[in-house]
Amino acid sequence: MIALLVRDIRLAIRAGGGFGLGLTFFLMVTVLVPLGVGPDVQVLQRIAPGILWVGALLACLLTLDRMFALDYEDGSLELLATAPIPMEGVVAVKALAHWLVTGLPLTLVAPVLGVLMNLGSGGYLWLVVALAVGTPALSVIGGFGAALTVGLKRGGLLLSLLVVPMYTPSLIFGVEVVKRGAMGDPVATPLMLLAGITLGAAALLPFASAAAIRANLR
Amino acid sequence: MSIWEYANPKKFMQTSAWALPWVSGLALLLLGGGLIWGFFLTPDDYKQGSTVKIIYLHVPSAMMAISAWFMMLAGSLIWLIRRHHVSALAAKAAAPVGLTFTVIGLVTGAIWGQPMWGTWWAWDPRLTSFLILGLFYLGYIALWEAIEDPDTAADLTSVLCIVGSVFAFLSRYAVMFWNQGLHQGASLSVDAKEHVSDVYAFPLWTCIAGFVLLFVMLVLLRTRTEIRGRRMKALLARERVA
Amino acid sequence: MMPDLGKYGATVLGAYGAALALLVLLVLVTLWQGRRMKRALEAVEARVKIDG
Repeated sequence: MIALLVRDIRLAIRAGGGFGLGLTFFLMVTVLVPLGVGPDVQVLQRIAPGILWVGALLACLLTLDRMFALDYEDGSLELLATAPIPMEGVVAVKALAHWLVTGLPLTLVAPVLGVLMNLGSGGYLWLVVALAVGTPALSVIGGFGAALTVGLKRGGLLLSLLVVPMYTPSLIFGVEVVKRGAMGDPVATPLMLLAGITLGAAALLPFASAAAIRANLR
Repeated sequence: MSIWEYANPKKFMQTSAWALPWVSGLALLLLGGGLIWGFFLTPDDYKQGSTVKIIYLHVPSAMMAISAWFMMLAGSLIWLIRRHHVSALAAKAAAPVGLTFTVIGLVTGAIWGQPMWGTWWAWDPRLTSFLILGLFYLGYIALWEAIEDPDTAADLTSVLCIVGSVFAFLSRYAVMFWNQGLHQGASLSVDAKEHVSDVYAFPLWTCIAGFVLLFVMLVLLRTRTEIRGRRMKALLARERVA
Repeated sequence: MMPDLGKYGATVLGAYGAALALLVLLVLVTLWQGRRMKRALEAVEARVKIDG
């Protein structure tokens, strides 16, 4: 399984498709929103948690279809299905690889972008914490969507439609953590709920994703 | 005589054929009667004026929008466990009906909200949850349409329905957390039915019953269409091979 | 016949109009799709009987 992980990461970084795309998109969102909304610092500060989260979410969405599509097209997915690792393991590893290449970099870069959005000083720590806790869920849930649409030629749009409604709880709680943190309010409740979603998704969704891949391979 | 007999497509077609006229007639009677009762024969609300009459369409369609999803969930589980095509097709059939009810709930909710809250759209928890539910419906329908092989489509959409149900549930609570909401008006909540006085409750329940039967009628009709479609595909496939 | 809807007339009638229009549309589309499928199936079945 480690081998699979390393291979996927190497592929994502080399092809350039996964790695740079998400980060660049995140940056673009953070530049475009103030341009669109106006430079009023008060306004930006208020919307910063939401915009940063939405930017991270959309950036994750962009790279999802690569999770299984490449392997599906060249037949490696079928080979993986017959490998000694259970499909649930394959799916979990791929989601982890996606997170390491997309969610984690986003989390680390976010404070810089927070500056652009005039995020309140208390918010930076919680921004990183919230994204660190929440983005793995985005990869796992995204993996489920990718598993469902793996066979489709232009499945990207359908993938987004399927995945976005499932992102809403993480988004809501994630933003709440940053908002409350920026104001100095207690963040325990939304943070625990956010963590709960991530842990629950990571534990249970691989089974659903594996079932979807198996159905698509038949 | 077990309910599983209806899993047989032929038996389903026969039974639905004789059941449909009764279901349709009763649906028309209850829904039509309930709406007429509510619209013409109930008083205005002291707070909401005549807009309270919208309740007879808004509440039943919202309730059915959620019930429809539960029915799809049941159909999906039965498909995954017992592989009865009729249940997968019934779930597929129910989705557009559920989506339409969701839209009706949203539209009537928005129109009702305008004079009450001063805005066409308010990101109120209930309305927002229904918007998200609508997206779940759209995704489910789109997935059925996108996958070529019907059995694979049934498998994938069933898994989607199950996972989606969990997230729909989660998002309901997330949205309530996100916005403590204007919708505290319990007159719109059938849970707090004690707040809806009897003079409104009786025609409301009649309309709810009418909507339930309308849903059953539409799902029976649409499932019949799906079963015929499946049979036709099978015949065409055989033709091509021959 | 029409009850006095007061100042909310447009609201109530608008809501009823939209909702009922959607319901009627749904029922009509359902019936139309059903009839179309029934005819298509009958055509294929007739053809299969003749050929096979």
